[in-house]
Amino acid sequence: MIAADRLIAAALMALSVYFMVHATVLPIGWNGETGGPGGGGFPFWLSAIMFAAAGGILIRTFRPGARTGSFFDLTMIRSVLAVVVALIVTIALMPVVGTYIALPLFLFWYLRIFGDHRWAVTLPITILTPVFLFFFFEVTVKILLPKGITEPLFYPLYAMFF
Amino acid sequence: MEMLAHLADGFATSLSPLNILIVVLGVTAGLFIGAMPGLGSVNGVAIVLPLTFVVPPSSAIILLAAIYYGAMYGGAISSILLGIPGASTAVATTFDGRPMAQQGKAGLALIAAAVASFVGGTISVILFTLFAAPLADIALKFGPAEEFALVLMAFTTFVGLGGDDILKTIVMICLGLVLSTVGLDLISGQPRLIFFDQPGFYSGISFLVLAIGVYGIGEVLYTIETSKTAPHVTPAKITLKELGAGLREMNKLWRTMTMGSVLGFFVGMLPAAGATPAALMSYGIAKSTSKTGHTFGKGNIEGVAAPETANNAASTGSLLPMLTLGIPGSPTTALLLGGMVMWGLVPGPMLFIEDPDFVWGLISSLYTANFAAVAINIALIPLFVWALRMPFTVLCALVLVLCIVGGFAPSQKMHDVWLIAGFGVGGYLLRKADYPMAPLVLALVLGPLMEKSFRQTLIAERGDVFAFIERPLSGAFMALALLFFLLPLINYLRKSAKRKMAPAE
Repeated sequence: MIAADRLIAAALMALSVYFMVHATVLPIGWNGETGGPGGGGFPFWLSAIMFAAAGGILIRTFRPGARTGSFFDLTMIRSVLAVVVALIVTIALMPVVGTYIALPLFLFWYLRIFGDHRWAVTLPITILTPVFLFFFFEVTVKILLPKGITEPLFYPLYAMFF
Repeated sequence: MEMLAHLADGFATSLSPLNILIVVLGVTAGLFIGAMPGLGSVNGVAIVLPLTFVVPPSSAIILLAAIYYGAMYGGAISSILLGIPGASTAVATTFDGRPMAQQGKAGLALIAAAVASFVGGTISVILFTLFAAPLADIALKFGPAEEFALVLMAFTTFVGLGGDDILKTIVMICLGLVLSTVGLDLISGQPRLIFFDQPGFYSGISFLVLAIGVYGIGEVLYTIETSKTAPHVTPAKITLKELGAGLREMNKLWRTMTMGSVLGFFVGMLPAAGATPAALMSYGIAKSTSKTGHTFGKGNIEGVAAPETANNAASTGSLLPMLTLGIPGSPTTALLLGGMVMWGLVPGPMLFIEDPDFVWGLISSLYTANFAAVAINIALIPLFVWALRMPFTVLCALVLVLCIVGGFAPSQKMHDVWLIAGFGVGGYLLRKADYPMAPLVLALVLGPLMEKSFRQTLIAERGDVFAFIERPLSGAFMALALLFFLLPLINYLRKSAKRKMAPAE
């Protein structure tokens, strides 16, 4: 727990330094002509406060009485990691093979392999969800979801609904 | 009298067939979302918001408010039937709701929760109607200096009253504010904080992206880790006879319910407080003032009624500053505010003048939402018992898919979907390390207003920082902000002074 606390506090400090560097692109000091701070002032000084507060959290973990215990439930962390990886793969696939292949693949993996559900649960959800998404987003609200290489397959559907 | 005329006009809007349908749909969706352990009103609103393009803005906000309402009712259902609060706001409902269910009185507890929610909702909506217009009138006199002081005060309430670790709260407020500055500088128009030269950052980071990431994906990851097996559902059936008995029982509890409603309404207005502490406070007060206080925690119906009136009243209370001042009273109302901005409405006092149809339509829809919620809640109890048996893996898979597609739809950029995934994982880790999420979301929504009002004031006053304290209203807000900020320090000093006193006695 202490290690995780320190790591997160240090990461937040690094993040605030990164913000500060970016903020200095615009003036961060007092703007003499118009009055008030320049465009970089707000992000810069807020990042500075964030740096100080995260630093305080980091220092605090070195004092006696910092909380102990484990940060991750080790049996469950594998499930969380698996879902995160599956999400990343799905999002990466969307612009390539299209939403209507990436999302059913994700649902199939989640329900059948990760969730260990019966085919009778998996199949209807895997098939009906994309159908619902198509009719809701593309037909009703006219928002086209990424199709990637599957785009030509949708031409007849477009012709039918638009 | 003018108010009643406005309200009547509002009912003309909210009782249109489309809006009645929307209230019924929203309340039903909210009840289910609230009843699902782990998902509360804020998750529901975050996930559904991108789907609201189908209807006009005024109906969209009515839909979201109805979900907010429904989720407040729904939270009690899993508190009673599973012993797990359906949302953090329903924690106090488990104290007596669960023992009642174990004694075979689940039906009675559910009726009590629904009726108490209805009473809390109705009393607070009446209070809302009374306070909204006068408060908006005062807010009309606000200039940029007052706006800045008010936003600052909203943030300091998190430090003084939030109850979370103070340093972690400050980190989250600053992080949210810095993220809100990404994009084009609103005064000079120059780009800033364009990370990795990604063009997607030029349009800034939408509150929706953060909310879907944190409350959608982050919440699912959190749920996966904490619960993989489906919990035991207590069966509940409701007969008309039980309904009658429940209503007679509730009729004895007017004092508790009125107190809970008024308390909840005012606690709910504070950005840092809201429904969860309001419910806990109401439970505590009911316990210490009730004649049967000693049976609290063992299945006392009053212990269900007290928190349920307060959490519903608090959700209405948190709408008041959002609508009249443009300062949300809770994370959920922060999302509503962000949604209104997205639809081109400017929340705040001018809305009462420029768009009274919208404002009063929304207010009157809260009355109809209450009636719809109590009826649907009691009628659909068998359905909720069934839905609570749904395995988490099915629910989580569907929520994740909705997060991905819902994140893409508003901007139609994959950039935002990647950000959502990033915020989801980051939010999950931060939440595990006890960093509070509400200040982060509120800061991202209020950031642009805070920066704009700060810099506008300084430009108008030629860089004179004392402008913020010299104007009476803004000065008063600043003094309050300072007080809230110093509150933890004052408490600490008082405690250590007591400790020093103790050995002398």
